[in-house]
Amino acid sequence: MAVQTQAPLRWPAGLTRVPYWVFQREDLYADEQERIFRGDCWHYLCLEADIAKAGDFRTTFVGDAPVIVTRDRDGEVHAFENRCVHRGALICLDDCGSGKTSFSCVYHAWTYDLRGNLIGVAFKDGVKGQGGMPPTFRMADHAPRVLRVARLLGLVFGTFSPDVPALDTYLGSTIVSCMERVLGGRTPVVLGRYTQVLPNNWKLYMENVKDSYHASILHLFFTTFEINRLSQKGGLIVDESGGHHVSYSAIDRSAARDADYAKQQIRSESEYQLQDPSLLEGFDEYRDGVTLQILTVFPAFVLQQVQNSIAVRQIVPRGVSKTDLHWTILGFADDTGAQRLARLKQANLVGPAGYISMEDGCVGGFVQRGIAAAADAQAVLEMGGAAAESSESRATEASVRGFWKAYRTRMGL
Amino acid sequence: MSPFEVIVRALADYVRCIDEDRLEGWPDFFDDPCTYLITTAANHREGLQAGIVFATSRGMLVDRVSALREANIYERHTYRHILGMPAILSHEGDRVRSETPFLVARIMRDGATDIFATGRYLDLYRIREEEAKLAERTVVCDSSRIDTLLALPL
Repeated sequence: MAVQTQAPLRWPAGLTRVPYWVFQREDLYADEQERIFRGDCWHYLCLEADIAKAGDFRTTFVGDAPVIVTRDRDGEVHAFENRCVHRGALICLDDCGSGKTSFSCVYHAWTYDLRGNLIGVAFKDGVKGQGGMPPTFRMADHAPRVLRVARLLGLVFGTFSPDVPALDTYLGSTIVSCMERVLGGRTPVVLGRYTQVLPNNWKLYMENVKDSYHASILHLFFTTFEINRLSQKGGLIVDESGGHHVSYSAIDRSAARDADYAKQQIRSESEYQLQDPSLLEGFDEYRDGVTLQILTVFPAFVLQQVQNSIAVRQIVPRGVSKTDLHWTILGFADDTGAQRLARLKQANLVGPAGYISMEDGCVGGFVQRGIAAAADAQAVLEMGGAAAESSESRATEASVRGFWKAYRTRMGL
Repeated sequence: MSPFEVIVRALADYVRCIDEDRLEGWPDFFDDPCTYLITTAANHREGLQAGIVFATSRGMLVDRVSALREANIYERHTYRHILGMPAILSHEGDRVRSETPFLVARIMRDGATDIFATGRYLDLYRIREEEAKLAERTVVCDSSRIDTLLALPL
């Protein structure tokens, strides 16, 4: 499905069209790695809870780049590329661990401290006066690429860019306050992790997450149980760059059933009853009536509140038409037993078997396969107008347009 | 029949039920209340509780089937479960703990067939009158990676 040609990239005018070659071209994939994943963007690396103690580490990815995140003896968090400066092998082969004081490459035992400084080269001075590195070799001249790191609300972000502004500036105060609403003042606890392997380009997943238009149409479970209807109170926030967004809704169980759905003959009028409704019996966690808040940070991070199901999702491209979606399901240290049980039950809503998100795992693949012979055709993004701005309606593709606005700015398209 | 024979029969019936698309009968293999959890070996090892599927009653299993039939959208596919021999881990009164390895191939509507999951069932059976019901089934998948989606139960 990958398209190798170097045909000139001509993006149609405005934000309402997306040419399908953007999901297919190998050259664009490589460009994205450079301009977005190693460019002027911040990327989610891990939770602070993943590296809670000095000597803890976790390996992750920023796009294609393997990365090690560590906490040193002073409690500082560091991140550097997981690539030995000698011959390029992975420095660390584990997902996580603790009690580390250094990392030693298995190939030739070149050794790094927790900040990524090269501190040892095996047989540097040779053996019995023979061999060894030349006198001109200085370890200080050789270091893996180190990322700038920023911590926010228990999340660790990193960037290869020396130029991107500080994380809170990058996000803007509105996005930060929406993140604070979910995570602020509490200690996240990991309840579980898994990876969903998506058969599609990473941008198709980001479009899907940002698309508030589809939620109540594709996801019948949501709609039937009145967790989410476009006509409910709610809205969409798109930041100025277009790249970050928040979609939220507040449930109103007393609201009359909405005639708009019946008119559209959308599959939402079944008499579907849960045998065990305890699945949806949550608790009022935020005291603001908002039962759903999906937040994205450009390019590839999602913070999810679906009732009491809290999760972070990290999107890692694995090729033009393959994407890893890493889910981390969260609770908080001060959860009561009943609250924790409610979170575990509501985790059924999300993930690869999620009542409301399993469709998101396959719909990107439906597009990737559907457009296989249509590189020069275009998606139509006119729902809710042509702009990429906040709105009180969620019957809009404004945040999808926002994604492409931010994407094109970074890609020079 | 010995507990081993009763459990072997229950296992064989269970996987035929899923593989032959008789999902409505799947909850009947469980006691009520029961627990049914699909998780990963890494989560299981670390004692992390959240599952890919997490049910604490037979009603939640019935709801899973109803959602698959009426609500959720996914491309048509079937499983073929291949089970290994159950190991009986303990036997106290009418309660038997066992562990059974599985391999599940997923066959998509276009015929594409892949190994979808391997792992083990960690089971607690309650045996009455030569019939074994699951009080607990923890499906521990060896891998943390799930391809596309996990719709049908394991």
